[in-house]
Amino acid sequence: MSLRPEPRTRPENRAATVQVPSNSLLAVYSQHQSAAVDSLHRLLNEPLGSAMACLVIGIALALPLALFLFLQNLQSMGGSLDQHGNISVFMHEHNPVELARMQKMLGTRKDVKKVTYTTPDQALQEFEAKSGFGEALATLAENPLPPLFEVQPASDKAEDVKTLVNYLQGLPGVDAVQADIQWLQRLNAMVAVAQKLALLLALLLGLGVMLVIGNTVRLAIANRSAEIVVVKLVGGTDSYVARPFLYTGLWYGVGGGITALVLVALCMWGMSGPVSRLLASYDSGYQLSGVSVSGGFAVLLIAGALGWLGALLSVLRHLRAIEPR
Amino acid sequence: MIKFDDVSKRYPSGQEALSHVSFQIADGELAFVTGHSGAGKSTLLKLIMQMELPSSGQLIVNGHNLSRLTRSQLPYYRRTIGLVFQDHQLLFDRSVYDNVALPLQIAGYEPREAARRVRAALDKVGLLSKEAQTPLALSTGEQQRVGIARAVVNKPALLLADEPTGNLDPELAAEIMGLFEQFSQVGVSVLIASHDHNLIARMEHRMLRLEQGRLVGDGSKGSKA
Ligand SMILES: Nc1ncnc2c1ncn2[C@@H]1O[C@H](COP(=O)(O)OP(=O)(O)O)[C@@H](O)[C@H]1O
Ligand SMILES: [Mg+2]
Repeated sequence: MSLRPEPRTRPENRAATVQVPSNSLLAVYSQHQSAAVDSLHRLLNEPLGSAMACLVIGIALALPLALFLFLQNLQSMGGSLDQHGNISVFMHEHNPVELARMQKMLGTRKDVKKVTYTTPDQALQEFEAKSGFGEALATLAENPLPPLFEVQPASDKAEDVKTLVNYLQGLPGVDAVQADIQWLQRLNAMVAVAQKLALLLALLLGLGVMLVIGNTVRLAIANRSAEIVVVKLVGGTDSYVARPFLYTGLWYGVGGGITALVLVALCMWGMSGPVSRLLASYDSGYQLSGVSVSGGFAVLLIAGALGWLGALLSVLRHLRAIEPR
Repeated sequence: MIKFDDVSKRYPSGQEALSHVSFQIADGELAFVTGHSGAGKSTLLKLIMQMELPSSGQLIVNGHNLSRLTRSQLPYYRRTIGLVFQDHQLLFDRSVYDNVALPLQIAGYEPREAARRVRAALDKVGLLSKEAQTPLALSTGEQQRVGIARAVVNKPALLLADEPTGNLDPELAAEIMGLFEQFSQVGVSVLIASHDHNLIARMEHRMLRLEQGRLVGDGSKGSKA
């Protein structure tokens, strides 16, 4: 090969139209690949510093993640406890035919899982056995207890239970309906408030993560300023110069995301014993739920995006200042 | 190839590094810029590279009127020029091969075509056997030759060198100058800043002599001017 320059036929004084070539796809891919691989290599070559950065980012991401998980579990745990709470329907209707029809009708409803009927006599016997007031009650001329339906709702959502209660209240022959759903509504309201707070915390800590990564990238830029000057002098565009630093930010974000997932998994593992003992005392078979696979990917995606953005901010602020002089 | 038209450069400090300089360099010509330290040689090359902007006057390089060059065009303009530094400016965190390949990687060459050109450039400066080494392991003269290979790998129309032999003993310096002459013989325009008057005088090429920012001499002691 000769080093003869490519033939150029540019008359002097022509307007400065510098040709901007469109790079082939393969070349662009190879540029991205080498920037990504090279920046990953640089991080792995300084394992201690990179691990520290990932830990800081990971802790900042793990806090809101753990809070979200806690709230989510609290909510579904409340639901699962409610399954044990039946709705009691006290009747003033005493006609056994009507009562039998009503039991059958309730039993076929979709929002009802199970209906049990207790006659006044059964209720009295139960009461006598439990309370020991049997003799006193025996002196009563008439059984004062009403017929009772115990309805187990199909859904464990507070709203569904509420709708069912309203419906039961409107039925003919119904005297009173009792359902202990108020505490569940309060729990849900508190969880909703806490979720807002967790979101705010997540936004703040996300901003913090971006700034931490931005600062780390700023240091990386300062460390490589000599190289940046050379690259700019041999024709590196702004985006070419920026690329490895953007990938550095991306890797920090993803590394921090992985760290956060590991931290949360460790927390869950540490908590599972005490929590299941607590739940057992409530007679609940509830199982703590951790981060789902898609949730984990979402965490990594968000963390990576935060890293890229943090690096971009840093690059925009600091890279232009490094010019060959 | 290069046309300076009444170009002056005053630094923000107030120092006038070039004043009313006009000259032209033809395609394929080899010329030296000489003068004492502080005469404005580096400034002249920096103006061509657009590392500094002129305070007044017009510069046309390779058909480009530099005053109309936008920031986004600048990298593409610089790809048409090869630059050799006194201190070679090699990157020590990568091999000789990767140093020379840098301009091609930046310009988006296919890896295989890039490899062909890198080897040709390294062959040209006689360092093909050292492509896998780190530049740290090379001698000063070899490092400078790697710098030259990097400057010519993209086949630039114009080659600039700022004191390319400043750190070399006379024998190595002559060798490097010989390389530049070879490039000029295949049609590359070459402009070399140097204060090494003895070496330049022996080479009998055109000489632009600067003194305190003024062009005080333009000629040669030989036949090629
Ligand atoms: N960035 C700068 N800011 C201010 N003055 C400068 C700068 N660069 C060079 N100069 C001054 O301009 C003059 C010419 O410098 P230079 O072009 O480097 O000369 P040479 O390369 O011939 O030694 C000198 O007086 C130098 O001090
Ligand atoms: Mg100089």
